[in-house]
Amino acid sequence: MGIDIRLPLGILFLLLGSILVVYGAASNPSLYGQSLGINVNLYWGVVLLAFGALMYALSRRGARAETRAENIPQSPRSSGH
Amino acid sequence: MTGIDWLILGLYFAFVLGIGVALKGSMKTSADFFLAGRAIPAWVAGLAFMSANLGAQEVIGMGASGAKYGIATSHFYWIGAIPAMVFVGIFMMPFYYGSRARSVPEYLRLRFDEKTRGLNAISFAIMTIFSSGISMYAIAKLIQTLHVFDGVLQRLGLNSSWIFDFAIIISAIVVLVYTFLGGLSSAIYNEVLQFFLIVAGFLPLSYLGLKNVGGWSGLKATLGPSYTHSWAGLSHANTNRLGVEWFGLVMGLGFVLSFGYWCTDFLVVQRAMAAKSMSAARRTPLIGAFPKMLFPFLVILPGLIAIALPTQPAVPSHARVVVGAEPPGKGIIPLKLDATSGQPMLDKDGKPQLDYDLAVPSMLLHYFPPGMLGLGLTALLASFMSGMAGNVTAFNTVWTYDIYQSYIRPGATDAHYLWMGRASTVFGIAFSIAAAYMANRFNNIMDMLQLVFAFVNAPLFATFLLGMFWKRTTGHGAFAGLLAGTAAAAIHHGLTLPAGAVVGIKGGWLAVTHTYPSEMAQNFWTAIYAWSTCFVVTIVVSLLTRAPEESKLVGLVYSLTPKPEEEPLAWYARPASLALMVLAGTVLLNIIFW
Repeated sequence: MGIDIRLPLGILFLLLGSILVVYGAASNPSLYGQSLGINVNLYWGVVLLAFGALMYALSRRGARAETRAENIPQSPRSSGH
Repeated sequence: MTGIDWLILGLYFAFVLGIGVALKGSMKTSADFFLAGRAIPAWVAGLAFMSANLGAQEVIGMGASGAKYGIATSHFYWIGAIPAMVFVGIFMMPFYYGSRARSVPEYLRLRFDEKTRGLNAISFAIMTIFSSGISMYAIAKLIQTLHVFDGVLQRLGLNSSWIFDFAIIISAIVVLVYTFLGGLSSAIYNEVLQFFLIVAGFLPLSYLGLKNVGGWSGLKATLGPSYTHSWAGLSHANTNRLGVEWFGLVMGLGFVLSFGYWCTDFLVVQRAMAAKSMSAARRTPLIGAFPKMLFPFLVILPGLIAIALPTQPAVPSHARVVVGAEPPGKGIIPLKLDATSGQPMLDKDGKPQLDYDLAVPSMLLHYFPPGMLGLGLTALLASFMSGMAGNVTAFNTVWTYDIYQSYIRPGATDAHYLWMGRASTVFGIAFSIAAAYMANRFNNIMDMLQLVFAFVNAPLFATFLLGMFWKRTTGHGAFAGLLAGTAAAAIHHGLTLPAGAVVGIKGGWLAVTHTYPSEMAQNFWTAIYAWSTCFVVTIVVSLLTRAPEESKLVGLVYSLTPKPEEEPLAWYARPASLALMVLAGTVLLNIIFW
């Protein structure tokens, strides 16, 4: 029942990451005096983007696996390597 | 807060509400609403298990304790949580989940009798409402002090003194909407979202702060050993910042209080009961224990850094914090000001007190530029909401199943109980709001209520331990033990006093026969006495009363229940392997921060 939380999680972090990256790249460097001269928006935005992409990819993979399982319910389990 | 910060906050609100809306269609039976259909994957339930406990009071309070007591605060995690989380997963979950009980009080009815369930259900329901109200009050007060959200009121043409009401109403409405629509599933999925947001908002804070003070070695050099060791000095209460000796800490916090909370509190146990299988339920607390073990670095460390930074009254201009005008506190922690006079509050020696609760928020304002600041404040609000949703979902379940269905209206249709679940979500939140305003007006009543709750909670674990592992325990024994344990806690509190405190709410209201070096030591020993009394009385009364029929205890007691069958899982994903890994990690952390 319910939802695969990795999908909304992925989308939320992709959006948050994009906002921070764009804002970090466009903002005045003098803004970052308080964060020790590090453009935290840009760098942390990239990390959030990567996390969002990973969660999104995992949710897509999960959805594909589920569809496969539904389509061929009788097939024997793959032996794997 | 600037536009970008509002955008981030708005995005968060849209997603939590969106999850509620998306789940609305799948709430067909009361089991969907109260138990999330018992279909939650282990990792989701595990993060929710940890996140439901991670309220704003936890985030703010642990940062405050970090600034006050140093890294020894991590005992609340490494001694005060991990062992109990491992225990509940490995040893207790087979009975909670296996009995198919829908709540912790219901387990007590199956194992013991109606009166034990009633006692637990009613006290739990009342406590949940008040704790939710108290934390609502705390966060609204914090938002009021920080002045970060005042801009929105000015833009609406309202007086910024309304921010207290505004903060309470908005957060209550958001939590109401998503729990009303999607029940426990909605709360659990949002707790996962909130968990990752909290990490995303706080991790860069620890990083920047630590970099600024010259890493852990720099922090050690500035603060000295009393702040940076967790065990050194615990041989005696006078040689450490906590004011507790190791025995009181390990037995009081590490055993009685910690096991009492993590193993019996329905707020967290409910998350594991919603897991999709026995194996997932057992792994739930174990998976939650991994991030729990590392959370001191996110929530305690910023407190230490806040006290270690050079004292500076200047604050960033965009933050609009009024503390800049006041005399400096210590580090970047401001002085505690009296709400009415605006003057610094003094302690019993006449020295100004620090407002430790502002340690973490001050750190956010100190290091984060617009953008990250929005994410940091969103993380703070996310922690507040996940804690509140935890209370709300635990309340509506206990109310509907253990009070309404048992005593008020048994035998109604499932659709009626589903309706009652939604209705109790509404009035549960309404009562919490009332409690928040009560806390604002009558602070002393709230202190007293919290004290009474502590007396009620202290003996609980003795009852569960005996109930699950000694088949001879009877309902009369459990009930008598709980009452005696609560009475013992009250009497112990009435007879002792922390050093320097005044007789009254802090203790000694019967007679002062013993003085503890700190309030924490008194709390831990109150718990130890309560637990021991409950343990002994339960055993004695059980032996004096008729033994329960063994056939009725199958699935509820260790010796009468077949071992849970292991699902075919990879070696590293089995409950026992997870338990060993997390325990080894905790031992290692204790050694590193000795």
